[in-house]
Amino acid sequence: MNSAMAPGMTPVATPFFFYLLSGMAILSGLLVITRRNAVHSALALIVTLLSVSGLYFMLYAPFVAGVQIIVYAGGIMVLFLFVIMLVNLERVIRERQFNRMWPVGLAAACALLALFLSVFEKGKSLFDRASVPLSDKFGPENTQQVGIMLYGNYMFAFEIASLLLLVAILGAVIMTKKRI
Amino acid sequence: MNALMSYFGSKQTPGVAGNQLWALIYIFIIFAGVAVIVICMNWLERKVLAHFQVRIGPMRVGPHGLLQPFADALKLLTKEDIIPQEADKVVFWMAPVIGLLAAFTVYIVIPFGPTQAVTDMNIGILFMLGVSSLGVLGIVTAGWASNSHYPLIGALRSSAQMVSYEVAMGLAVVSAILMTSLNRDGTGTLSMLGIVQAQQQQGIWFIFKFFPLGLIAFLIFAIAMVAETNRAPFDLPEAESELTAGFHTEYSGLRWSLFMLGEYAAMIAVSAIAVTLWLGGWMRPFPNGLAGAGWDFFFALWPGLTFIGLGGLAFLGVVRMPSAQFFKIQRVGLAIFALALAGLGGLLIAITIGAHYSQRNIIASTSAGIAYVYWFLLKVAVFMYLFIWYRATWPRYRFDQLMKVGWKVLLPISLGVLIVTAIVGMIL
Repeated sequence: MNSAMAPGMTPVATPFFFYLLSGMAILSGLLVITRRNAVHSALALIVTLLSVSGLYFMLYAPFVAGVQIIVYAGGIMVLFLFVIMLVNLERVIRERQFNRMWPVGLAAACALLALFLSVFEKGKSLFDRASVPLSDKFGPENTQQVGIMLYGNYMFAFEIASLLLLVAILGAVIMTKKRI
Repeated sequence: MNALMSYFGSKQTPGVAGNQLWALIYIFIIFAGVAVIVICMNWLERKVLAHFQVRIGPMRVGPHGLLQPFADALKLLTKEDIIPQEADKVVFWMAPVIGLLAAFTVYIVIPFGPTQAVTDMNIGILFMLGVSSLGVLGIVTAGWASNSHYPLIGALRSSAQMVSYEVAMGLAVVSAILMTSLNRDGTGTLSMLGIVQAQQQQGIWFIFKFFPLGLIAFLIFAIAMVAETNRAPFDLPEAESELTAGFHTEYSGLRWSLFMLGEYAAMIAVSAIAVTLWLGGWMRPFPNGLAGAGWDFFFALWPGLTFIGLGGLAFLGVVRMPSAQFFKIQRVGLAIFALALAGLGGLLIAITIGAHYSQRNIIASTSAGIAYVYWFLLKVAVFMYLFIWYRATWPRYRFDQLMKVGWKVLLPISLGVLIVTAIVGMIL
């Protein structure tokens, strides 16, 4: 490992942690879709999100990892749980699932798998290792780099995304409030 | 031995230096230290609350009730561990562990001194806010898994409260982080060590920066952090007058004590964030204004003098105790406690004086480390006392009032402070 890569983080037992985190993510991802109890699914989803955030740490993207924890695991999942608890779980569990879309879902999953496999196969030529010097670009100043990208190169896209969120908030308020 | 000595006098935290042995040692020290502080806080809270209400508090177990926390711990450990019949067993078992893990994980980035931290991350403050916000999951799952009405209401209140106050808290933190970027190259930092070093470079604690902007941001954080830790006057998730005991109604014995430990650990952690961001972290008062070897020595004496002072207070208690035969064992016990405190103070003073007059590197770095940790913990201790003071002073909020304060008062003010800070930072 290049020691100049990231002061503050010296990787330890990298393959071990990679397989551990990936295994945890896959296992808890399976639990999310197999548990019948919605709260158990949500808790498994939190484990998935946290292990993915651990993978981001290992990829020297600490900012993304921190945002993953703070936004998804800490914010959105708490709201998920909040909503799930308001729903009558007993009745939901007893209800029969009437979703007959599994062939379509299977096809979509297969397509995604094919995409992953092809990227894995051609990955070396798609992402030239030399052109992406991870150590320099996303090492110590990862957060600064993300900030420069967001508020410099991709300013327009960023502002459009924030406008979209604003519209969504306003829409939610207008739909729930009869009198404003 | 070589591996042990390898780290002394290092200029980096063990995590940054890649020294795993010392990282582990630091983690053990922090874990033990937090456990001791929680025990002290338990006694102090009961005692101080009692004195606020003109009572005397625990007096029977040990002199002035000093052994009360140990008696409580023994009681909790030996109590029957009840899991309700209809509870969701796995989640019920997991909930206190989640809360405790979230509360203790944040300690790896808390800077007790320039090298007295387990590690330093580029995203330190982001990591702290994120992981401490996971603590609410423990409360929510506990309330849900109990399968009972009051805990569920407590859990719902808690999740709504945490999510609301996190927004104002985050914006207040951002305005402090903005202040770190007011240097020559114009880049700020999210690292906990970097934030304190930025205050050192700019020669001002961020609470006084752009007066009153820093102060307002600090006050918003100070309010939001009480709500985040579910303490009075924002302790609605466990409001005993309405919800019995809120989310931990069905918990007893060891599991309940894990919740307690997690709550106090989270209190120390958020106080540490406030100290790091606004109160200059490990720095002693006026590190630039009153510089020089003489002032350094004067401030380095404080840790030892504090402990000697505490020992003196305990000794005063010995003198004031009734001289009846019945109190003899208590007098002896308190005298031993006073001597131990004074002895600790004497040891600290000896190290300081040794560092002042000798040239040995180890003694000097030890003395400096003690001073850093002392100033950091002293500032945290002020917040811990404030937590008790709030609880004794203010009545509990009603839930709609709580939401109103969070969304309609704190959030607009923190947004305004953030914008004005940015503008002032651009102009100056």
